[in-house]
Amino acid sequence: MKMITAIIKPFKLDEVREALSAIGVQGITVTEVKGFGRQKGHTELYRGAEYVVDFLPKIKLEAAIQADQLDRVLEVIEKSAQTGKIGDGKIFVQSLEQVIRIRTGETGPEAL
Amino acid sequence: MHKIFASILLLFALCGLSAPVFAEEAASAVAETIAAVAEVAAPVAEVAAAPALVPNKGDTSWMLVATLLVIMMSIPGLALFYGGLVRSKNMLSILMQVFSIFALITVLWAVYGYSLAFTEGNAFIGGFDRLFLKGIFDPMTGSVANAATFSKGVVIPEFIFVAFQATFAAITVALIVGAFAERMKFSAVLLFSGLWFTFAYLPIAHMVWFWTGPDAITDAAALATETAKAGWLFQKGALDFAGGTVVHINAAVAGLVGAFMVGKRIGYGKEAMAPHNLVMTMIGAALLWVGWFGFNAGSALEAGGTATLAFANTFIATAAAVLSWLAAEWLLKGKPSLLGAASGAVAGLVAITPACGWVGIGGGLAIGALSGVVCFWGVTGLKKLLGADDALDVFGIHGIGGILGALLTGVFNNWSLGGTGIADYVANTVVNTEIGAQVWIQAQAVGTTILWSGVVAFVCYKLVDLTIGLRVTAEEEREGLDTSSHGERAYNY
Repeated sequence: MKMITAIIKPFKLDEVREALSAIGVQGITVTEVKGFGRQKGHTELYRGAEYVVDFLPKIKLEAAIQADQLDRVLEVIEKSAQTGKIGDGKIFVQSLEQVIRIRTGETGPEAL
Repeated sequence: MHKIFASILLLFALCGLSAPVFAEEAASAVAETIAAVAEVAAPVAEVAAAPALVPNKGDTSWMLVATLLVIMMSIPGLALFYGGLVRSKNMLSILMQVFSIFALITVLWAVYGYSLAFTEGNAFIGGFDRLFLKGIFDPMTGSVANAATFSKGVVIPEFIFVAFQATFAAITVALIVGAFAERMKFSAVLLFSGLWFTFAYLPIAHMVWFWTGPDAITDAAALATETAKAGWLFQKGALDFAGGTVVHINAAVAGLVGAFMVGKRIGYGKEAMAPHNLVMTMIGAALLWVGWFGFNAGSALEAGGTATLAFANTFIATAAAVLSWLAAEWLLKGKPSLLGAASGAVAGLVAITPACGWVGIGGGLAIGALSGVVCFWGVTGLKKLLGADDALDVFGIHGIGGILGALLTGVFNNWSLGGTGIADYVANTVVNTEIGAQVWIQAQAVGTTILWSGVVAFVCYKLVDLTIGLRVTAEEEREGLDTSSHGERAYNY
C-alpha cells in the first residue's frame, strides 16, 4: 500500500478529485495549507505599510491506495493538477504499513 | 490592585466635581423658586415688544435626526472602521474602547461637560449654570428652555442641542483610540478619556463655539457686549462650522502624543500588522459618511439653506477626496485599494467639516480633492517622518485633514471663490471676509488647538502612566487584548 501526499493549486482540486474517482480511488483527505516553494509570494500594501506575503495558499491532498494503483494515480494527478506555470505543486509517495477501517475492524488492502 | 482603585477614585473625583451641587441645590431651592417667579414676571414686559420664541417643529425634527446620525457614525460607524483595521486578536478591544468611551463621555457631558462648554463663564471655559443639565426643563410649566441658532428669532429646544453636542464630544474622544490601538490598558483608556475630555475638549469647544446667540445683537454696542461673553477663538472670528479644530485636530494631536508616549506596538515594522477585515472597515467608512451628514448639516442647527449647503458639500467634497486619494495611490503605489477609497472618504469628510457651511460647491470640490492627496501623504511620507506608531493613522487623516480644512475655510469663504462670507448681525446682512486675514485667524485657531490639546494630552498620559500605567504587559499584548483584557474573542471558528 502507498500513501500519496500531493500539494496542488487550490483551484485544481475539483479536477484532481474527479480524475481520481474515475480511476477508482475510494477516498481522499484534503487540507487547506500555506507554504512556499519556488513560486514567489506577493506584496500587500495598507496605506503606508508594505507587507511581503511569502506563504501562498495551497491544497494538501492525501490518498491511501493499493500499490498497483500507484502509476495510474501519479499519472492522473500530474495531468489534472498541471497548469505548466510555476507553483503547480509536488507529489510525495510513501510506503504505508497498515490501514484499519474503524467501523468493521478490517485491516490491510481490504480497508482501503 | 490599589492601582485600579486609584484610577476609579480619580474617575469619581472627576464626577465628584459636581457633588457639592446637591447640597447647594437643596439650600438654594427656596431662593430659586423666588427667582423663578421673578423670571416669569420679567419676560412679560418684553413680550409686548417681541413675542416669546417657539421652536419650529421642522428644525427640531431635523436636529433629532441629525443627532441620531452622529450616534450612528460613532457606534457602529467609527467602531467598525477602526475594528477592521486592527488584527483579529484586538478586534473586540477596539470596539469596546469606542463603545465605552461613547457611554462615559455622554454621562460626563450631562454631569458637567455641557455646562462647562456651553454656558457663560470666561473666554476659555464656561460656568456651572447647567450642571446636571439643571434649569433646562421646568417641571412647574412643563416647558423646555430654548437654545439659540445662527438666525435671529430661530431657536431649538435646548435638550436637543445638548444631545447633539454630546455626540460630538463623545466621538472626538473615541477618535483618539485609533492612535494607541492594540496596546493600551482598558482602565488607562477610560481614565485618560475622562481627563482629556475635561481639560482639553471642554475648553476648546468653549473657545471655538460658545456665544450667546444672535438675538441680543441689535446694534454695535450690543455686538461688543455679546461678543465679549463668547469664547476666545469665537471672538477672534475663527470659522469652524462643524468641528475641524474642536473635533479633528483636537483628537488627532491627543492621538499623536499618545502614539509617542504609549510607544510602538511589539513587532512594529518587523511583523505584518495587516488589517484583519477590510469589509468591516468599508462598512464603517460608509456609516461614517452617512452619519456625517448629521454632523455637518446638523451643525447649521436648523433645517434651512445653510444646512443644505453643508449637506451638499459633505456629499461632493467627500466624493472628490475618494477619487483624488485613489489617483494618488494608483500613480505612486501601483494599485488603487479599497482601504484607499475608505481612507479618502474619511479624509474628505474631515477636511470639509470646518468649511461645509462657509464655502461654495467649488470650494468644497477643491478642499475635498486636495485633502485626498495631502492625507495620503499624511499616512505615508509624513508618518515615516514622525516615526510614531499611530496605529490607525488618526493624525495622518484627522490631524492633517483637519488642519488643511481649517486653513482652506479661510480661503474659500471669500465671495470671489464662491464662499458665503459671514453674517453681520448688526446690519442683518452678509459681509465678505478677507482671505489673508481670515487664514491668519484660522491658523491661530489651529495653533491654539494643537498646543492646548498637545500639552493637556501629555500631562494626562503622564498622570495615567504614574497611577495605573499606560500599557498592557508584553505577554498580554502578544496574546491580544480581546482575551487578555476582556476575556472574550471576536471570532470563534
